[in-house]
Amino acid sequence: MMVVLWTDALIYLLLISGSGFWLYMRGRATMQRPIRKVGRSKTGMVSLTVLLLFVCIGLLDSIHFRTDEERSNEIISLLDYWASPIRQKSEKTYSAPFSAYLFGKELMAADEGKQVWGYPRLKHGAAHLADPDSELADDVLIKTLTGLAEGLVFSLLPLGLLWLLVRKREDAWLKQSTGKTVIAVVVVLISVVFTAIELSAHYHILGTDKVGEDVFYQAVKSIRTGLVIGTLTTLVMLPLAIVFGILAGFFHGWLDDVIQYIYTTLNSVPGVLLIAASILMVQVYMANHPDDFTSLIVRADMRLLFLCLILGVTSWTGLCRMLRAETLKLREMEYVQAARALGVKQGMILYKHILPNVMHIIIISVVLDFSSLVLAEAVLSYINIGVDPTTYSWGNMINGARLEMAREPAVWWSLAAAFLFMFTLVLAANLFADTVRDAFDPRRAEHE
Amino acid sequence: MSSNLSMKLAEQRVLFLVLLTLFLNLAGCDFSQLNNPYSKTEDNQAVLYSSFTERPKHLDPAVSYSANEYVFIGNIYEPPFQYHYLKRPYELEPLTAERMPAVQFLDGNGHQLSADADERLIHYTDYVIQIKPGILYQPHPALAKSDSGAYLYHHLTDVQLDGINTLNDFEQTGTRELTAEDYVYQIKRMATAKIQSPISELMKNYISGFAAFYDQSAGKSLNEISTLPLEGVVAESRYTYRIRIKGKYPQFIYWLAMPFFSPMPWEADVFYDNPRLTERNITLDWYPIGTGPFQLQENNPNRRMVMVKNPNFHDDYFPDQGEEEDRLNGLLTDAGKKLPFIEKVVFTLEKETIPTWSKFLQGYYDVSGISSDSFDQVVQFSGTGDPNLTADMQNKGIHLQKAVSSSIFYIGFNMLDATLGKNGEKSRKLRQAISIAIDYEEFISIFMNGRGIPAHGALPPGIFGYAEGKEGVNPYVYDWVDGQPRRKDIHYAQKLMKEAGYPGGVDSKTGQSLILYLDTPATSIEERPRMNWFRKQLKKLGIKLVIRGTDYNRFQQKMRAGNAQIFMWGWNADYPDPENFFFLLYGPNAKVAFGGENAGNYQNPKFDRLFRQMRNLNNNEQRYKLIQQLQDLIRHDAPWLFGLYPEDYVLHHGWYTNVKPNLMANNRLKYHKIDPVKRKENRQQWNAPIFWPLGLFLLLLIGLIVPAVIAYRKKIRLALND
Amino acid sequence: MIHYIIRRLIYALPLLIGVNILTFVLFFVVNSPDDMARMQLGQKHVTAQAVDNWKKQRGYDLPLLWNDAGQGLETVTQTVFYQKSVGLFWFDFGISDSDKRNIGADIKQRMWPSLAVALPSLVLGLLVNITVALMMVLFRNSYLEFSGVVLCVILMSISSLFYIIGGQFLFGKLLRLVPISGYDGGFNAIKFVVLPVLIGVVSGIGSGARWYRTLFLEEVEKDYVRTARAKGLSETQTLFRHVVKNAMIPILTGVVVVLPLLFMGSLIMESFFSIPGLGSYTIDAISSQDFAIVRSMVFLGSVLYIFGLLLTDISYTLVDPRVRLS
Repeated sequence: MMVVLWTDALIYLLLISGSGFWLYMRGRATMQRPIRKVGRSKTGMVSLTVLLLFVCIGLLDSIHFRTDEERSNEIISLLDYWASPIRQKSEKTYSAPFSAYLFGKELMAADEGKQVWGYPRLKHGAAHLADPDSELADDVLIKTLTGLAEGLVFSLLPLGLLWLLVRKREDAWLKQSTGKTVIAVVVVLISVVFTAIELSAHYHILGTDKVGEDVFYQAVKSIRTGLVIGTLTTLVMLPLAIVFGILAGFFHGWLDDVIQYIYTTLNSVPGVLLIAASILMVQVYMANHPDDFTSLIVRADMRLLFLCLILGVTSWTGLCRMLRAETLKLREMEYVQAARALGVKQGMILYKHILPNVMHIIIISVVLDFSSLVLAEAVLSYINIGVDPTTYSWGNMINGARLEMAREPAVWWSLAAAFLFMFTLVLAANLFADTVRDAFDPRRAEHE
Repeated sequence: MSSNLSMKLAEQRVLFLVLLTLFLNLAGCDFSQLNNPYSKTEDNQAVLYSSFTERPKHLDPAVSYSANEYVFIGNIYEPPFQYHYLKRPYELEPLTAERMPAVQFLDGNGHQLSADADERLIHYTDYVIQIKPGILYQPHPALAKSDSGAYLYHHLTDVQLDGINTLNDFEQTGTRELTAEDYVYQIKRMATAKIQSPISELMKNYISGFAAFYDQSAGKSLNEISTLPLEGVVAESRYTYRIRIKGKYPQFIYWLAMPFFSPMPWEADVFYDNPRLTERNITLDWYPIGTGPFQLQENNPNRRMVMVKNPNFHDDYFPDQGEEEDRLNGLLTDAGKKLPFIEKVVFTLEKETIPTWSKFLQGYYDVSGISSDSFDQVVQFSGTGDPNLTADMQNKGIHLQKAVSSSIFYIGFNMLDATLGKNGEKSRKLRQAISIAIDYEEFISIFMNGRGIPAHGALPPGIFGYAEGKEGVNPYVYDWVDGQPRRKDIHYAQKLMKEAGYPGGVDSKTGQSLILYLDTPATSIEERPRMNWFRKQLKKLGIKLVIRGTDYNRFQQKMRAGNAQIFMWGWNADYPDPENFFFLLYGPNAKVAFGGENAGNYQNPKFDRLFRQMRNLNNNEQRYKLIQQLQDLIRHDAPWLFGLYPEDYVLHHGWYTNVKPNLMANNRLKYHKIDPVKRKENRQQWNAPIFWPLGLFLLLLIGLIVPAVIAYRKKIRLALND
Repeated sequence: MIHYIIRRLIYALPLLIGVNILTFVLFFVVNSPDDMARMQLGQKHVTAQAVDNWKKQRGYDLPLLWNDAGQGLETVTQTVFYQKSVGLFWFDFGISDSDKRNIGADIKQRMWPSLAVALPSLVLGLLVNITVALMMVLFRNSYLEFSGVVLCVILMSISSLFYIIGGQFLFGKLLRLVPISGYDGGFNAIKFVVLPVLIGVVSGIGSGARWYRTLFLEEVEKDYVRTARAKGLSETQTLFRHVVKNAMIPILTGVVVVLPLLFMGSLIMESFFSIPGLGSYTIDAISSQDFAIVRSMVFLGSVLYIFGLLLTDISYTLVDPRVRLS
């Protein structure tokens, strides 16, 4: 039975409006050139490919349904279902990546009823090996190669078909050097995914955490949280910023004063306080309506949604100010003045002349904000005003991993996993944002 | 013209060198301990370094009621009695008092009764306390007098206030002898609305005349209340005072060992009653005045608190009696020596566990707890299951102290709940089934690293009435097998579920699976695995457990309104007496109806009757039997799932000696001892800095820049030649 | 100029009132004074009497925003909001709810540690960022610029928490070069401040240097620079004489905005290194729900923010005489 969580619904909405926006942009002549420029940029397209992989995983994780296994009525996502082997195979406590043993020593029952102080074998990790000490390295190598081979086969088949299709067309994008690079990256990514699947079926490839949960699974699950915060916040922020910014810039006088007053006030209150207060409000609301939130995942989802809302409310002011300044400039442009003189309705002027001309600012600011929002999530979780503690997120992983670094020897893999995934996403987002900015910023375009 | 740039670079390099040398100079020209957070001058002194995580809020003994504040004021203020440092079970002994108090029972007319009088006849109990003469207060400006005998600082002038930012800025200090009147005055302070003592409501029920005084003193200044008589508390002579309490309350003596009943000179309130001092945060709440072994020298709750030895401290000696094991541990080698041993105590604010732990390992803290994350690093279990320090720790000369604390962590069932409480026998069976299903042995091993004892009743070990062996086992949850308690089989619990009307966790009436709610204020990330664990436990019975995490306020509100269903709660004893645990289940203390501490709102007339009999008895055979009856009653009724008694593990370095865990005493510091020479050696050995990675990094940087500079110069030259 | 400043100051008034109302509403929407009292009084033996006492002593026994019982003006003045807000406007912060300490005195004391970390971080960060950016501009179109840009993006993509955790682990625990955390007054502060400042600088290089690079590049391509180069000035000369000088305007005004806010300290850095500054003060107050401190800090923050905006405007006129304030 399918279940649509609040954030799921918004993600679908975002997906629809995103595709709509894409079609709108493609149809506009002024947008053709920057889009083509992005398409020619190798860094831009490679990072977009990586981003798309993350988005795919995030989307898989956004389709929820109820299971009826053991009458538990749990809500799980498609990704969970697919990753059931790793989700359910939990160990007792910490174990290192690719290890066959627990990380800490324990009392074990040995022969003749004696007890020994040593490292016990894992219940699931490398459990198929009889003697891990000698077999482990070979087995990992074989599994990696199998994974890579599977990935190659799997990715080359459809790509080959694609190639047959475009073979005739001389100017096909795929034939340009950027296209070739992207194809190579796709092949590599798919191979890596297959290798990870192959290996994680038998090993904890990024180790396990304090309660024995697979860290790789956690890191993958965190992708959705990161994406949701990075994108849904924008969904909240954009209407506020666009409407207020353009109105304030276009209509002088009291409207401008009021809007300026609102955003200066909001700006001068520290964001932390706003966030803390609203998180508290959600909790109070949930405490007062316990029957609506019987499932953990629904509670956590509500909190995530509110976090996006409040982050949106605190972060629209910057874009709003930029849009106001730009509109002020545009207002004095000749074509706008001419439209006014001709008696075109003000709403029409805003829609036809102002909005399209500030579009590049909006696009640039959206892609730039994405990565800073993903980073902000981690910091907020540290002060306990981020996502719900039961939500998988890199912030929560880092927060939990802080203590692990103080152990001797240090438990580094949770931190490293969070770092690796977060870094990849943010780096790809930053690189893509750079490309987009270079392409859309008219001032930069002049230097071509 | 690249010389401009290279000159600039050269300049920067010089600047860097200057800064570096300056920095090294400031660090004391000593490379051996760059990471020493303290100043070098203290290295050779017997200074104890410790940390605090939560800033103290009140240091006024009438107001303070938390362990993190008692760390300070327990060593500064002296109530008349204290807990013996070494003896177990805990035993009170005189501190400033000459001897244990004379207890007299009185009837309604004030006539004295014999010691074994019937409880119903006793209307009042008198405690007559005689204190030792010659005890002096710490040097303090409030007591400073001029040559003519007038108080110097009681009416501060602008000239005197000039340049005063802390209490140490006052030039003159004075002292005076401790009198019985000071103890009386402190009790009067507690009975004043203005002071907001947390126990004033409680004491209204006990101390005769306390409530009346509370009303009379309303609106009066502190100066006036010292002369206002409090009927039940009177100084009979310079060194004797009498406290009259209503009825019989043998546990009252324990209160007399808590900082609430410390002496307070009236001069202190006169001195501090000055808005100009309050502005500078110079208040009694922040600058205590006591007779204890230490006095507060530096008070900066934002960073550190420093206590130094009180020069006026009275004669006090290390105990010469203790348990047999104390003798073996060398705790009695200092018997009869004058206290305190430590010159100075430095408490630093540490909010994060990682730095605290690292600094302990580096030798910059003398004592530390063990967080569950570092547990594996510290403790290993021997073949017989006994905890031992790991070789690493032993090599560092670190010692481990263990003690079962006088606390209990339990899971309470709200007896007002329709499913869990009010459904008579069925509810009881459900509660029992849950008690069996939640496997606390596993909980202790997973989440507490084995630092706890599964509870079989309301009383932790060390409290009178705690029964060992088969007698102390909860027969509704455990079976006694081979001289060991063993948790009943889950099938038994499932059978109970069936009898309760929920076969397989499904309500036989509605056909729906049973949903229960656990309310908790713990919402942090660290709690997630625990909550998952609880859900897993109830899943064994087919019950679906929903965790409702809210913030602390909301949780409290729910508890007050009785809206919670299952909740986790804990209790830390005020004093080592069974009454202090069983009163948590006493009907008239119910939270919803009376706002008391009975959070589960358990009501059982039989329990209440037995409790009333038990509470006022002395620790004798009869009391022991009553306690066993009480225990059996609550084991049967299962209003609590008796969770666990936590065990405290404390680590301290080898140079820190005379340490024995004592969970009741607040003034332990005076017994402790530091060997600064040994500490200095170890610190130097453990903290040699490593420089080579810095050099490596510099080389890397140069390797990156040099080729670029060369290439650039080439380019310029080419351009010039063109 | 004077007129302008006075007018801006008068404009600040409704802003501050707005901020105050917002803080107040945010806090009391979810928290009643009763909740606050119970939170502060702890768990044991809390009675309704004690709660009433607490509220009365701290002035929370009045209605929150509107007093029906009062007459005339009293409907507004006899409220928690009015009583608690008025003092703020002459910087009388009152006493804290939890431990009755004078907030003003605490702020004065805690300001210095905050500054000790924030100011060197800003100055050093500025120096390092400008140097790196200049290097990239100087060596533009070489591998050094490319690797510089890549490095900047990489540095930007790392969460600040990693810098802190990693820095403490490396320099404090492994290399033992600095104390892991803590603070001390006077010159002793240096050894505690070194690591936070270093981390602050390194974590800021990514975005800072990149931004300055774009500023410099914009200048480099302007006509006057081309003219200068055509006149025969060398690359370094044009850079230092013209480009840096002109690019300094946006850089400096960008710095001036944040100057007053330095007093507020860094929330995360301070709590990680247990530096007793204003940042950790605010965080503590939020977590212990001490309304008096939260309100004071928010008020102080907005005052400083407004002051920063004013300073920016003034600094524009100082560096660029063409700008007139009106």
